[in-house]
Amino acid sequence: MAFPHRPDAPELPDFSMLKRLARDQLIYLLEQLPGKKDLFIEADLMSPLDRIANVSILKQHEVDKLYKVENKPALSSSEQLCFLVRPRIKNMRYIASLVNADKLAGRARKYKVIFSPQKFYACEMVLEEEGIYGDVSCDEWAFSLLPLDVDLLSMELPEFFRDYFLEGDQRWINTVAQALHLLSTLYGPFPNCYGIGRCAKMSHELWRKLEEEEDGEAKGRRPEIGHIFLLDRDMDFVTALCSQVVYEGLVDDTFRIKCGSVDFGPEVTSSDRSLKLLLNAEDKVFNEIRNEHFSNVFGFLSQKARNLQAQYDRRRGMDIKQMKNFVSQELKGLKQEHRLLSLHIGACESIMKKKTKQDFQELIKTEHALLEGFNIRESTSYIEEHIDRQVSPIESLRLMCLLSITENGLIPKDYRSLKTQYLQSYGPEHLLTFSNLRRAGLLTEQAPGDTLTAVESKVSKLVTDKAAGKITDAFSSLAKRSNFRAISKKLNLIPRVDGEYDLKVPRDMAYVFSGAYVPLSCRVIEQVLERRSWQGLDEVVRLLNCSELAFAGLTKEDKASSESLRLILVVFLGGCTFSEISALRFLGREKGYRFIFLTTAITNSARLMEAMSEVKA
Amino acid sequence: MQLPTVLMAVAAASARDPGGRKRKCGPGTGVRRCPLSAAQQPPAPAMDCYTANWNPLGDSAFYRKYELYSMDWSLKEELRDCLVAAAPYGGPIALLRNPWRKEKAASVRPVLEIYSASGMPLASLLWKSGPVVSLGWSAEEELLCVQEDGVVLVYGLHGDFRRHFSMGNEVLQNRVLDARIFHTEFGSGVAILTGAHRFTLSANVGDLKLRRMPEVPGLQTAPSCWTTLCQDRVAHILLAVGPDLYLLDHAACSAVTPPGLAPGVSSFLQMAVSFTYRHLALFTDTGYIWMGTASLKEKLCEFNCNIRAPPKQMVWCSRPRSKEKAVVVAWERRLMVVGDAPESIQFVLDEDSYLVPELDGVRIFSRSTHEFLHEVPVASEEIFKIASMAPGALLLEAQKEYEKESQKADEYLREIQELGQLTQAVQQCIEAAGHEHQPDMQKSLLRAASFGKCFLDRFPPDSFVRMCQDLRVLNAVRDYHIGIPLTYSQYKQLTIQVLLDRLVLRRLYPLAIQICEYLRLPEVQGVSRILAHWACYKVQQKDVSDEDVARAINQKLGDTPGVSYSDIAARAYGCGRTELAIKLLEYEPRSGEQVPLLLKMKRSKLALSKAIESGDTDLVFTVLLHLKNELNRGDFFMTLRNQPMALSLYRQFCKHQELETLKDLYNQDDNHQELGSFHIRASYAAQERIEGRVTALQTAVDAFYKAKNEFAAKATEDQMRLLRLQRRLEDELGGQFLDLSLHDTVTTLILGGHNKRAEQLARDFRIPDKRLWWLKLTALADLEDWEELEKFSKSKKSPIGYLPFVEICMKQHNKYEAKKYASRVGPEQKVKALLLVGDVAQAADVAIERRNEAELSLVLSHCTGATDGATADKIQRARAQAQKK
Repeated sequence: MAFPHRPDAPELPDFSMLKRLARDQLIYLLEQLPGKKDLFIEADLMSPLDRIANVSILKQHEVDKLYKVENKPALSSSEQLCFLVRPRIKNMRYIASLVNADKLAGRARKYKVIFSPQKFYACEMVLEEEGIYGDVSCDEWAFSLLPLDVDLLSMELPEFFRDYFLEGDQRWINTVAQALHLLSTLYGPFPNCYGIGRCAKMSHELWRKLEEEEDGEAKGRRPEIGHIFLLDRDMDFVTALCSQVVYEGLVDDTFRIKCGSVDFGPEVTSSDRSLKLLLNAEDKVFNEIRNEHFSNVFGFLSQKARNLQAQYDRRRGMDIKQMKNFVSQELKGLKQEHRLLSLHIGACESIMKKKTKQDFQELIKTEHALLEGFNIRESTSYIEEHIDRQVSPIESLRLMCLLSITENGLIPKDYRSLKTQYLQSYGPEHLLTFSNLRRAGLLTEQAPGDTLTAVESKVSKLVTDKAAGKITDAFSSLAKRSNFRAISKKLNLIPRVDGEYDLKVPRDMAYVFSGAYVPLSCRVIEQVLERRSWQGLDEVVRLLNCSELAFAGLTKEDKASSESLRLILVVFLGGCTFSEISALRFLGREKGYRFIFLTTAITNSARLMEAMSEVKA
Repeated sequence: MQLPTVLMAVAAASARDPGGRKRKCGPGTGVRRCPLSAAQQPPAPAMDCYTANWNPLGDSAFYRKYELYSMDWSLKEELRDCLVAAAPYGGPIALLRNPWRKEKAASVRPVLEIYSASGMPLASLLWKSGPVVSLGWSAEEELLCVQEDGVVLVYGLHGDFRRHFSMGNEVLQNRVLDARIFHTEFGSGVAILTGAHRFTLSANVGDLKLRRMPEVPGLQTAPSCWTTLCQDRVAHILLAVGPDLYLLDHAACSAVTPPGLAPGVSSFLQMAVSFTYRHLALFTDTGYIWMGTASLKEKLCEFNCNIRAPPKQMVWCSRPRSKEKAVVVAWERRLMVVGDAPESIQFVLDEDSYLVPELDGVRIFSRSTHEFLHEVPVASEEIFKIASMAPGALLLEAQKEYEKESQKADEYLREIQELGQLTQAVQQCIEAAGHEHQPDMQKSLLRAASFGKCFLDRFPPDSFVRMCQDLRVLNAVRDYHIGIPLTYSQYKQLTIQVLLDRLVLRRLYPLAIQICEYLRLPEVQGVSRILAHWACYKVQQKDVSDEDVARAINQKLGDTPGVSYSDIAARAYGCGRTELAIKLLEYEPRSGEQVPLLLKMKRSKLALSKAIESGDTDLVFTVLLHLKNELNRGDFFMTLRNQPMALSLYRQFCKHQELETLKDLYNQDDNHQELGSFHIRASYAAQERIEGRVTALQTAVDAFYKAKNEFAAKATEDQMRLLRLQRRLEDELGGQFLDLSLHDTVTTLILGGHNKRAEQLARDFRIPDKRLWWLKLTALADLEDWEELEKFSKSKKSPIGYLPFVEICMKQHNKYEAKKYASRVGPEQKVKALLLVGDVAQAADVAIERRNEAELSLVLSHCTGATDGATADKIQRARAQAQKK
């Protein structure tokens, strides 16, 4: 069932080096504060930290107790406090309150703040304003790339999406450039480089600058990865907004995969406790079903169960020696597999239960209708009913956004009525959410007189103006037109269906959405890689509002081996979904490529919507 | 046939020979220029009289004195009337006529003059500050002038004032009696003896930390002599009072006695510490000299010169690994070298002279000449000593004979080879060449080495090549135009980097660059560094226009790696040339580097755009905060307005730290939409009291109207209405209503049995029928109020159909109620409803009646096991029938 890679598929580079680097640096930083110390860790950093350094390593370096950074007074009695935090102002205030409380109590302790992945001037400013800048020492832990899997690197920066695409805050671009720089120093230069989107362009430029400043030592190196493709999330919101139906995506949508692992509750483990399971290529069962359409998964799992049983059964006819062999060599593996199998079967059951309860079929049908652009009225009333019944605030919002983007904005009447309904159902504070969504271009109103060309001329004016070249501001969101329908036609995103789409033997990347839609982001990548440039895609680029923001840099390929040229690093700025990953893995298998993914964070529709939501303080 | 090769090798050696070319560019010693000093011209490098100026001291060592330069500095004053300071390592000489020492009041201001070691004037300036007690050079070749009031003025090599610092209040009050500048591994220190006979010192003037030394008990008069010692990285002071010696460290004062000191000493007249602080010499009033280690633990030797007059100067003359430790003592007209030997070497001084201790000897300069006195190095001694049979000596001889085309060359060579000492011979010649001052002699020795090399199979060439290079560099800097008379040992100690720095300090940029290129130093450390220094000097030339300077600098520097235009620009700004600085910054490729200087020059707006260009948000932020303090609020906001990237960054910051500023920002931009959102956010943030929240919301409403966002305005008005109403409900009915959504409010009312109120609310807020039906349906089902539900279902025709009724009853597991509604479900959904209540048979009937294939399949999929067997058959039959038709 699981599709093997073509025999000529290139080997993936070994990314475990990144973990070692991060670990060594952390240890070095901890050793900078010799003696026993208590470590305060920001909640967001706990899982990533866990992936590279466990508690015993921390203890080895004289970390005494671990605390979570939260808005509570700390009970630590240690003489040395170390804070491991993201560079957020909120955290600075927390630290300041701690230090100032100590000062009031006349207590002198040593404080060290380690910022990950980097510190920001604003943070130091706050420390200064709070009057404790001199009391703490600051350091940076440049831990920006966490290998979640053999082909997946995550920066674990979910706030990137909101900060950049909503607030227009460009702080993280530097971090991205640094991360790319690190990759190119470790894995050789990237001979071919493509990208689309403003953030992609800026990151690329900044990264290039970093490379230039470095001395030419790395220049002679052989590239290990032949292509790099940078892509802004706002090029393709549609894909991220769709319900996921490949197994890995579905698990993420249902249980939330956090930092590569998932917490299966009692309903899955069929025992009274939850279980944390690491989901990656090492889990053999998962590895075979992760990219499968959900409809195949059950069949596969039961087949697997039968095989397993057969293997167990082999022992019946065994003599003593064979039995000994079996017990010592195979049994452990079988048991492990057995355990995993039962967990995944449990997960499937749980998913099935949830999905049928919410009329999942209806929902998918509506989504497909929106993607294909028919029965808009029906879809609209479906959404309305969805809101009226208070099914789920996030889901309702997602459907509204999907409607808006596919339709190039809502017609004014719907725009008003849907919003009114939503506010009545889920509370008036979402007025702010709507304002955010509008700014990000996710939920907009069709402007009557605003023709496409008028908007375009506005955009191109903005873009050609040098100073404005680096701006993301309110203006650009005004001009953010999705043009989804036209792009879909150009790129043939909705496959023509003649007969049943066989999800067991996928024809194209559309299988990740039950054959109804080829993910736009993946299609763009496919097209550019095929052409090795943006040539012939001018119209698409224009429709994506990226006339000046698509770039390609190619170098002579004499140094790059043919193997490296089939390795492609795709960088998603603002997050990518498991469906996109599955789709590209499929594309890789078809064409003999291997894709490597670098994302600011793993995302899905719910995370996107939550990032845009305003919750009452 | 070896001869041709040999010839070529020699030719090559001389072509590369440093001396050979150097002669073209300048006189070797300056002797030629000054006929007066012809008598003192050192003997020509001929073997016979080469050792003529060698003076033996004891059995083992020779000392020689040779001229470095004949001085051409038309001194107006006698040296004895001046404060003199000469920097080690062939450094510059500073002279300040000392009018304050004389009793008569000085009406004429003295002149401070600075010369190179060859007597070339470097600077001359009128001394306008207070009386100076002592002069000295720091390790960075800065001139430190210690004033009577304890203020130390620092001047550059070219007489440019750098800075000043004070040695503290105590010194100011008691005045400075005496001062010394000394060198430690940390840098240069200043030690002061005050009028109160206390010592204050700072071990490093670069990082000024004043240390007041402990008092010497019972000290009434000034010590007869004193010096600074440096032991274990700490500076001490050794002083002599009458017959006693005291050592001051930072904690205590202890009396010390030199071991083996001859009796009868009633006073010490002079003391000297060696260049490396290892050795100490004491001169007593009996004309007796004690020499030992500076730790005063060991005596080396003693000498009685029988001169009771206090010497003018006493300095050590030794070299690292020298055979003999010797001290040079100078009186008015007499110079004496004494060591561990019964006899001393004596020289007559024709003129007032001044001694400068060096690492490997002593420099002696006077009005007319500048000489170097040192112990003859071992290699030279071996080669040149009369009748020496050392391998080097033989090799030199062999080479000479070879040049004379004499067969003796072969004999000599054979002799060396037989002893197997040819390698040693070559090494000796190379080493000796390094210690020669005369290029001719250097050449002879190198030629000999080169000659010897030809007969060796595998002699690594680098020592020879390096010596050629080093000598070429040395000869170049020794030229009297340059005037740095470094010896080979000093040069090696100083390192090429420091030598280059010193050339740069003397503004000898072309020579420095030539040396870098000649030695093939990496660009970043070599040429570009020097070009950068040149540029920094260039910007100080005020008579050249900004354009010309900028162009000249750019032409020379181009984009040489490692050159920082921003550093040069900073220098230009330091000289008050802001425009030039801005021009230079234009050449800086890294925009991030431009920002700090632009800020300093108050070009904040330019700095802001550069920071934005750099893409470094932290840099942008730095500029922003700078701007915020610099400009008034209005201007600041205007600036932000033109820089959206900076604006969004600042907004982010304000959101967390300065909410009021954020409001002002929106106000300024007339951004009513955001202002509205701001007030809404504010309404949630703080106030518990409803009035405050309503006020905030009202402000938001106004803003939304201004923003022409009627929808938001209306929604907010509704919210205000809802809030007030919820408040009233809470008052009247109790329970929690505040902050519920409208939907939830109505639901809560129904759940609480307040149906009337609920309907009123629905009417007031114009809740659409569909929503109301869904709402009521869910709420009543939750209450399990089946009676009321049925009443409700019959109140009028359901706008959402009756299937939801069935669904919701089933959800509550009430099949009985569900069935009631199933019958009312419209035909489109009837099958579904019947299936829900589990009536498969009837569902099948309906489906068959409707002839709907999809519905048939649906029913079929619900048929399970035996119970529904009949139904399944029925459907199959119907299907078959349908197909027949």
